[in-house]
Amino acid sequence: MAGNGSSFLGWPVLRQLASGDLLGRGAAVTSRRTRETEPRTSTADRVVQSVCPYCAVGCGQRVFVKDEKVVQIEGDPDSPVSRGRLCPKGAASEQLVNSPSRQTEVLYRAPGATEWQRIDRDTAIDMIAERYLESRRNTWQELDDKGRRVRRTMGIASLGGATLDNEENYLMKKLYTATGAIQIENQARI
Amino acid sequence: MANADCIVIQGSNMAECHPVGFQWVAEAKARGARVIHIDPRFTRTSAIADTHVPVRAGTDVVLLGAIINHVLSNDLYFHDYVVAYTNAATLVSEDFVDTEDLDGVFSGYDPRTGAYDSESWAYQSRAEPQVPDQEGGIQGPTGDEPDAKTRAHAGGHTLGASGAALEHAQVVRDETLQHPRTVFQILRRHYRRYTPEMVRDVCGIPVEQFHEVARAIVENSGRERTTCFAYALGWTQHSLGAQFIRAAAILQLLMGNMGRPGGGIMALRGHACIQGSTDIPTLFNILPGYLPMPVAGEHDTLEDYLASIASPLQKGYWTEAPAYTASLLKAWFGDAATPDNDFCYDYLPRLTGAHGTYQTVMEMLDGKVEGYFVVGQNPAVGSAHARMQRLALGQLRWLVVRDLQLIETATFWKDSPEIATGELRTEDIRTEVFFMPAATHVEKAGTFTQTQRMLQWRHQAVTPPGQAQSELDFYYELGRRMRERLAGSTDERDRPLLDLTWDYPQDEHGEVDGEAVLREINGYHLTGDRAGELLSSFTEMRADGSTSGGCWIYTGVFAGGVNRSANRVPRDQQDETAAEWGWAWPMNRRILYNRASADPQGRPWSERKKYVWWDEEAGRWVGKDVPDFPADRDPSYRPAPDQGGPAAISGDDPFIMQSDGKGWLFAPKGMVDGPLPTHYEAQESPVRNPLYTQQRNPGRLVYPRKDNLWSPSGDEPGSDVYPYVFTTYRLTEHHTAGGMSRWLPYLSELQPEMFCEVSPELAAEVGLENGGWATIVSARSAIEARVLVTDRVRPLTVKGRTLHQIGLPYHWGIGRDAVVEGDSANDLLGLVLDPNVHIQESKVAACDIRPGRRPHGDALLRLVEEYQSRAGITAVTGNERLDEVTPEMAARRAAAGSGQQAPAPDETEGEG
Repeated sequence: MAGNGSSFLGWPVLRQLASGDLLGRGAAVTSRRTRETEPRTSTADRVVQSVCPYCAVGCGQRVFVKDEKVVQIEGDPDSPVSRGRLCPKGAASEQLVNSPSRQTEVLYRAPGATEWQRIDRDTAIDMIAERYLESRRNTWQELDDKGRRVRRTMGIASLGGATLDNEENYLMKKLYTATGAIQIENQARI
Repeated sequence: MANADCIVIQGSNMAECHPVGFQWVAEAKARGARVIHIDPRFTRTSAIADTHVPVRAGTDVVLLGAIINHVLSNDLYFHDYVVAYTNAATLVSEDFVDTEDLDGVFSGYDPRTGAYDSESWAYQSRAEPQVPDQEGGIQGPTGDEPDAKTRAHAGGHTLGASGAALEHAQVVRDETLQHPRTVFQILRRHYRRYTPEMVRDVCGIPVEQFHEVARAIVENSGRERTTCFAYALGWTQHSLGAQFIRAAAILQLLMGNMGRPGGGIMALRGHACIQGSTDIPTLFNILPGYLPMPVAGEHDTLEDYLASIASPLQKGYWTEAPAYTASLLKAWFGDAATPDNDFCYDYLPRLTGAHGTYQTVMEMLDGKVEGYFVVGQNPAVGSAHARMQRLALGQLRWLVVRDLQLIETATFWKDSPEIATGELRTEDIRTEVFFMPAATHVEKAGTFTQTQRMLQWRHQAVTPPGQAQSELDFYYELGRRMRERLAGSTDERDRPLLDLTWDYPQDEHGEVDGEAVLREINGYHLTGDRAGELLSSFTEMRADGSTSGGCWIYTGVFAGGVNRSANRVPRDQQDETAAEWGWAWPMNRRILYNRASADPQGRPWSERKKYVWWDEEAGRWVGKDVPDFPADRDPSYRPAPDQGGPAAISGDDPFIMQSDGKGWLFAPKGMVDGPLPTHYEAQESPVRNPLYTQQRNPGRLVYPRKDNLWSPSGDEPGSDVYPYVFTTYRLTEHHTAGGMSRWLPYLSELQPEMFCEVSPELAAEVGLENGGWATIVSARSAIEARVLVTDRVRPLTVKGRTLHQIGLPYHWGIGRDAVVEGDSANDLLGLVLDPNVHIQESKVAACDIRPGRRPHGDALLRLVEEYQSRAGITAVTGNERLDEVTPEMAARRAAAGSGQQAPAPDETEGEG
């Protein structure tokens, strides 16, 4: 155990008396390793203001970044909404970012296949664009069964948006609407 | 909420589901506020509250209706507020007939479609003959102006938030509130039978406890004090959920608690940007800013469309819808949108009915949907009738899942429960699946809109790892490539995509600049001296194509070229309103309708509740917030009868988005299942509706299918097969379907396993052991869960009978990738929807519970079938729209346009 030198002055009882930590729960029993450990928050290269991604209270977060990696996420004491607090989910959001099981590769499952295969993102987006246009062609309705102009596809649907940014929802609604897709929904319906 | 004197939390477990927001309830309590929690379960919210009121799930309208009756019968409402600011004094059409007179249906019900024609609910038209009451109290002009009644809509999907247009706002009022057809007297009669004894017999709440709640609200409302309500999904997820909220709105208006500090009704929403995704909707029925999506046959031209949103003669800011719509279309279609082509209005696809997520899933099962994008959601676990969701995924041709982890929706083809039961076989599933890794909230810049309408900009901390990317980048790229493929197309159907403005600046990493998108949402001046300048307010929008703006309610977020959502003045450097932190729509107003915080003359109701008031000298509204009112409108201002729009808002009309400027106690339009909240039992209920022969909401949306069965209710044969009520809920440590929590070690360790909460009495009755296993069986499926025997769930006594309720969290799902897995409570639920908002009933359903784990494989299906057969269930069970009434009542209903006989098929639209 790393101690306070090898002399008898390093004896625990004397340390407790000398440091005023009579119950031995503070400085007197702090290991060298602990003393030399600096919080990740103080060694971060920068701190970025953010907002918690879970519920809709909108608690302020401070994101600590070192070497272009998120090292810690804490509550933002400046926020008039949350006053620095985070709940268990918000406090665990560093794990959300750095989760070892997080997927960072594009995966593809072919019809009938029993396993995933990895594909390049560019290829995947091309494939999706092709399928989108093909399904739109296959299911296009210019008129409904009463002869009214509807100009749409009922063959493409979307679910999601409540966890996304306003700017993202905006592009999604804009693009879907322009292609004639109308079955666009999110958690607000649930 | 910190300024409230009494807080009623009903339909929410705020302490556990919004823990950090709950500090403001604790703060209010520390300042002396009374806190009441009304909920089937005792939770941490109840532990902090002064009073916990256990209630039978789904009976909130009876409790709220009885409080309304109590304050009306004993003259305890805020008289001056009610007369001046609500439609209490307004007269309703002679044709209106109440549920009290038709045994549970309103006038205008069509049993064939299950929909109401709301024409008879309209305000009295000045074209109708007026019979002054004995006191001669009728006010309002007479004449031959157009009939105030307008055509009713077939369903809630056809309305934006503008909801209810009126031809004009020159209604007939009796400010003595004595005329029998005033809203006030109709309200009084409607709730007359909602008594404390009815509350005892329906909700299971003792009479003394009812009085305790009513007293707390009454004593903490009025000039000097305010009461606040807070709710969450405990109110929305019902077959009449929107009416629960309406009931609270009626009570809060009667008590004068709207538009005032410490008042209001707080919707506690569950996702970081669920408010934003409603404002700028990824929803089928609306366009940005609550403009409706056009409906075929109703909105065929831009003129028809705009006429349906607002008449130029009604009051308020919805009359400017032509400017909001033209600006949106200019933002989307740029130079292609001109006044001559109605700004490309024809480019918008049309609705022909309800196209919500649940209707879409049923279409998927029928093979009509080829492609599906699932973006940050996990319907295989998180949507009601999760089994149906998973089976539907197997019918798609292609599926794109964008998420952080391999959620159950992405892996359904290899590890869904239906593979285990043999209903699906991996090799037979033809669905192509693309899993696209997403960026987290710190890996992209953008805004979330939180639950009180406040936008907060998030700065980007780091770039996304590997191939992960934001939705902003993905959809931009997808759109770019589709446009590239269609370039040069002469097909008319491709014009909208090719004319779309789709040119956003990208940074050195190829990431789209979110601020450029937010600027487009804010909108620009397009012509004149200020061309190229950002709009500072939606009042600058014009209908002539000289402005753009992607979402009119967000205009001002970039006023003066400054991203105001990024405002971050620390809380200790500003006052309590904190106007310089983030930006709240509209126009950074923090409390909506805050004109109501002052009396009709513009003076604060009291010094204690001072918020926004009229400064006579300055000739302006001033105060602690941005006034939600025309800033220079004198309280004594009265519009000329032929005026419309913002100019028609009287100096004492605080509700500036309402077509008559008043808070609506009675909704003459806009609610599709009735102008007043009325109690109906849930789709599955152990109890007969004691108020009416009509058991269930006759307007609810039902889907009779063999894969969507219901248990019998009340005393019907077979109802004892599923004798218990279950209600679903959330935990602090998990987030909806678990995609952002069940993969995190900390959170998974804190809440590792699916469980059910049962009372010691129920445990003894059935033989359940704490920590052991139980199997819960509904008419749809069966799941297993660990047993938590706890006093937090108490048996209720309803009409002398003991009723047991079971609590089920719903965060778990079956899949091999998460840190923790378990059965999903959503498998137990069926699909029955509220007709206004198309949300499913997840908060109350029937089940049986038995000790031990559930069977696996095919045996699971046989267990569910055995129960169905014992209960005698068919696809019709529970799906009846109307219950049988006496011939006399049937005749009375027919006379009120609510006939029992189906009309000829071609007379009505086929919308269900």
